Amino acid sequence: MGKTLFEKIWDAHVVGELEDGTVLLYIDRHLVHEVTSPQAFEGLRLAGRKVRRPDLTFATMDHNVPTDNRTRIEDPVSRAQVEALEENCRDFGVPLFGLGDPNQGIVHMIGPELGITLPGTTIVCGDSHTSTHGAFGALAFGIGTSEVEHVLATQTLRQKKPGTMLVEFTGRLQRGVTSKDMVLKLIRTIGTAGGTGHVFEYAGEAVRRLTMEERMTICNMSIEAGARAGLIAPDESTLAYITGALRPYAPRGKELEEALAWWKSLPSDKDAKFDRRITIDVSDLPPQVSWGTNPGMVVDVTGRVPSPGETPNNSPADVERALEYMGLKAGTPIRDIKLDTVFLGSCTNARIEDLRRAAAIMKGRKIARGLRMLVVPGSEQVRLQAEKEGLDRIFRDAGAEWRFAGCSMCLGMNPDQLAPGERCASTSNRNFEGRQGKGGRTHLVSPETAAAAALAGHFVDVREIMKGA
Amino acid sequence: MQAFTTHKGKIAVLDRANIDTDQIIPKQFLKSIKKTGFEEGLFFDWKKKPDGSLDPDFPLNRPAFRGASILVARNNFGCGSSREHAVWAVMQGGFRVVAAPGLEREGQKIPAFADIFAGNAVKNGLLTVELSADDADRIFRLAAAAPELEGEVNLPSQTFRVSAGGKEMVFHFQIDPGVKDYLLKGLDEIGLTLEKKEAIGGFEGRRAPWLTPSPSTR
Repeated sequence: MGKTLFEKIWDAHVVGELEDGTVLLYIDRHLVHEVTSPQAFEGLRLAGRKVRRPDLTFATMDHNVPTDNRTRIEDPVSRAQVEALEENCRDFGVPLFGLGDPNQGIVHMIGPELGITLPGTTIVCGDSHTSTHGAFGALAFGIGTSEVEHVLATQTLRQKKPGTMLVEFTGRLQRGVTSKDMVLKLIRTIGTAGGTGHVFEYAGEAVRRLTMEERMTICNMSIEAGARAGLIAPDESTLAYITGALRPYAPRGKELEEALAWWKSLPSDKDAKFDRRITIDVSDLPPQVSWGTNPGMVVDVTGRVPSPGETPNNSPADVERALEYMGLKAGTPIRDIKLDTVFLGSCTNARIEDLRRAAAIMKGRKIARGLRMLVVPGSEQVRLQAEKEGLDRIFRDAGAEWRFAGCSMCLGMNPDQLAPGERCASTSNRNFEGRQGKGGRTHLVSPETAAAAALAGHFVDVREIMKGA
Repeated sequence: MQAFTTHKGKIAVLDRANIDTDQIIPKQFLKSIKKTGFEEGLFFDWKKKPDGSLDPDFPLNRPAFRGASILVARNNFGCGSSREHAVWAVMQGGFRVVAAPGLEREGQKIPAFADIFAGNAVKNGLLTVELSADDADRIFRLAAAAPELEGEVNLPSQTFRVSAGGKEMVFHFQIDPGVKDYLLKGLDEIGLTLEKKEAIGGFEGRRAPWLTPSPSTR
């Protein structure tokens, strides 16, 4: 029987089978950031252990960093965490892309940008959105701090083999509808635990047609459906991304040829068996908007806020609670929801293409009166590129704030937060209670829908705007 | 880590599904570089009112649940971020066991706990008990009738005994044999893996050269 993409990568990384029924899995790339690593480094120190492979370990700071300046972290606790990472990287010989480095950025942005993220590899990070790197056909997943320490010390993880699930997207997206809408539709369909215990493989015509950056958006949110990881088989787009720009850590020359031979063998075999499968046709998919407090609470932009009992994946009590928190009445058209803030950023949707598409909608126009909009590039590379293209001017002229790179208002560990009751259209990944600030109300959307909503002051069907363009 | 064999204690029930790690421990508590002191942050936004006082409407603030060490909640507990701080907060908040029901949907079993949370729990000796939906309902009904619930969890026999007001129920639960053994012995996982140093070295010797980056500027 044939193998799936996941099984090929898994099998190639098994160091050995262990007595407890797990396997020891070799880790090719370990990405580290300031929030989930200090206790792991401390654990190494206490046990007198070293980092086994600092050459396969890469660190950056993203969660705590201010986005309005690059030199001053006002919060002493945030500053201490950032300084701890600097010290740990120095002590253990781990390369760090720190504040002020042109390669600093959200950890899931810089991996692909620098060529650290490659097909057929295993990639881990103490961050659930590590699934992002699956867009390259890498097995990439988030781990806890104990596992971070384990990888630092051994370059391996003890893992139980997860199940596989094929997620096939058929059809062609309409103009203005994006890969963000595809993944929101998936989570809405199977629920926030629908993928638990499984690794997704995304396939189908609609996936093949996506750019690498659009693929990253889908894979990024695999975890929001409960899946450990989400993969897309490498193809010409993948190769073009890796070789088409300066990616200092990617192989080249003879090494690239060797890698290519392996990468070409990675796509799932025709007779490979998946434990589960689901097919979603995207031909008629409208832009999606979340209305509640988990990423499965999503409707069409043309729809209405549901009433308790109307959503199969959430109990009536959960829906009632979510409506109360969100300050919404069942039956309200999504387009009537007024916004205070728009956040364009995060490891889900702050790449150069995201900013270009949003800027194209906002060019020469102004955001709604009284609304604030934050545009936070996911990495310094993206910021510099956007400034080269004049995108920063478009956003600024429209009335938006233009910032330095970081996680920012996706989770508000830095000063970029929502106030209680503040309502935000956000291109990020989580709409949990308090995620963007205590009492803040988050609606997850694509960059296009965010840009259109910023202009109107409420949600609009961005397809209508783009028809006229 | 802390070994787990049996545990007896008061039960607190929290009748909510999809309790995400942002609720278990909000972001402002993730800035610590220590492994202790997270009890203050446990369910912080739910247990405290905006003025900082305890919210009497939050179930875990009920006097009947004070000192509880077994938490019973609904499905998909611990979803969201990978922050191990969530497990540290639950344990430092006094809990040794979290129990929640799995779900069946279209013949598919959906686990009670999110993957990363469950993995983090094992590493710290926090036992996650997966109940059936019916068994969880029974516990919630019992809690509604008699708020003071006592529980006893026995890992070797895989049983969870719940008693209240003279009534007693016993539930059996499933657990991965490897995880069970690990919890019973309270093993140092890194130490164990380091014993495989030779196998890891051998594997590294067979890795393709392109897998080890040599940074350059082309």
